[in-house]
Amino acid sequence: MSETKTLTCVACPKGCEVTVKYEGNEILDIQGNACPQGADYAREEIIAPTRILPTTVAVKDGALPLVPVKTTKPISLEIIHDAMKIIGKTKVKAPVKIGQVIIENILETGADVVATRDLPKKAG
Amino acid sequence: MLKLKKDVVVIGGGPAGLAAAVKVFDNGVEDVMILERDFELGGILPQCIHNGFGLHHFKEELTGPEYAQRFIDDVEDRDIEVKLDTMVLDVSPDRKVYAMNREDGFLEIEAGAVILAMGCRERTAGAIGIPGTRPAGVLTAGTAQRYTNIEGLLPGKEVVILGSGDIGLIMARRMRLEGADVKAVCEILPYTGGLTRNVVQCLQDYDIPLLLNHTVTRIEGNERLEAVEISEVDENLKPIPGTEERIEADTLLLSVGLIPENELSKKADVVLDDRTGGAIVNEGRETNVEGIFACGNVLHVHDLVDWVTQEAEIAGDWAAKYVKGDMRRSDSKIKINAGKNVSYVIPQNIELEDKDRKRIPLYMRVTTPLTACEIKLSADGEELYSFNEPFAKPGEMLSVPLAQKTLNDLGKIEEITVDIIEKEGE
Ligand SMILES: Cc1cc2nc3c(=O)[nH]c(=O)nc-3n(C[C@H](O)[C@H](O)[C@H](O)COP(=O)(O)OP(=O)(O)OC[C@H]3O[C@@H](n4cnc5c(N)ncnc54)[C@H](O)[C@@H]3O)c2cc1C
Repeated sequence: MSETKTLTCVACPKGCEVTVKYEGNEILDIQGNACPQGADYAREEIIAPTRILPTTVAVKDGALPLVPVKTTKPISLEIIHDAMKIIGKTKVKAPVKIGQVIIENILETGADVVATRDLPKKAG
Repeated sequence: MLKLKKDVVVIGGGPAGLAAAVKVFDNGVEDVMILERDFELGGILPQCIHNGFGLHHFKEELTGPEYAQRFIDDVEDRDIEVKLDTMVLDVSPDRKVYAMNREDGFLEIEAGAVILAMGCRERTAGAIGIPGTRPAGVLTAGTAQRYTNIEGLLPGKEVVILGSGDIGLIMARRMRLEGADVKAVCEILPYTGGLTRNVVQCLQDYDIPLLLNHTVTRIEGNERLEAVEISEVDENLKPIPGTEERIEADTLLLSVGLIPENELSKKADVVLDDRTGGAIVNEGRETNVEGIFACGNVLHVHDLVDWVTQEAEIAGDWAAKYVKGDMRRSDSKIKINAGKNVSYVIPQNIELEDKDRKRIPLYMRVTTPLTACEIKLSADGEELYSFNEPFAKPGEMLSVPLAQKTLNDLGKIEEITVDIIEKEGE
């Protein structure tokens, strides 16, 4: 039995409504996407949804107590909470540079966790 | 009092102020200064740690801090003068800017042109009047975002969110990821106020219920919030008796709208538009006060920072022209009207001469969600042309071009009206 699902593509803020017909892991038809990214998104969304994970990491001696970070690639939605546990136990020392790798290859996903801003040392 | 003279003063160092200052500089007006009350540049972006910024402008997906960093780098590369920890207190109609900081004390800056880029603030519980007590634990979503992402303090463990604006949706996910139990997002309208992608990525991904046609009807708790009562509402947005439900929560986040921050603009005699809460501007983003420009969230609330950047660049271009004496007004002013299903159009007036431009982009929002619709432009009642859109939502801004050639062909006209209507039979 085939199933149909209407998804909102999140590849960009346009938010196309994409309708996918599928049976198990087999995609039968994709409609409503304005660009190829929409089709890729819909395919992936049915088979194995992934997301970029943006969060924060604690900083020692920083001008602020936290530095924002993100995964360099989308990771499986299923392991987001496990990734959060690891990131929650991590602490880096100031100064931090934008793009600096904080955790390499988190949970063997091939994605690194990198800083998304510069953070200087606490003054004084 | 320290007295200075500058060609252009930019008030606010968020994405709007940064992009405007860079544009002014790149147009050859290098005597430009940014005044920012915070300890760093970037405006609201440093606390918006999520991804989703820059897809239009940079064609890649950045987080808020990364987007801000690009413009901060641009400002630093040009050695544009910045005063941080500097609060602007007053602006006069003849463009004197009064500010204060620890280093200089009081400052008076005589500016050739002023660009207002103060952003917006959030509506609060008081502003929407929920019955009940006012315990700790009731705060705006943006304040919660600052606590969580900048200061490292989680505002609570059991959360209800009122309002489905983007900040509320983003914070639902953020608090869930940090281990809080986000029990529901209540939206009084039958549709969400945020971007659809945020409903998917922030609520559906984490099974957080979105209760449309629901609002908070009571707040309980003395020192700390203990529970909220929610109710379903009818078509007139009135709570329906008998639908009350009590939800235990220690935190209520309000994401019930943003208001452009125009206290300073009013002091400078800038006239505001009731619909946007921001200034009435011409296509150069100049307000009714000559030489005072506005852009970003202080002009109208934007959902995407990319649009903020575009608007700031327009303001920067024209502010530079103004200072150089290159800005000419045509003898007629065309009024742009928000017609059927349109809540507002920016700019509100067209009155500047520009031989080189091909088109003037018009930015607008719809009042209600529409599908298979047509954006129609007409001049003094006569239809010009139209654009098709598969759908339009109040939360997502639309932009259509008004061709300069059309304006030239039309000759003298009084007004242009934009209507957005659903096509029949679809
Ligand atoms: C919480 C939140 C989440 C968002 N999420 C997204 C998203 O996912 N994607 C996206 O594209 N966009 C998003 N946006 C929208 C985007 O971030 C904003 O539209 C953008 O930051 C507005 O830029 P701005 O420069 O106009 O205002 P702001 O960024 O608010 O900057 C205004 C600056 O002016 C300063 N200022 C104000 N008054 C004074 C004064 N009197 N003296 C001196 N300085 C002053 C303030 O300190 C501030 O730094 C979000 C916005 C918010 C609020």
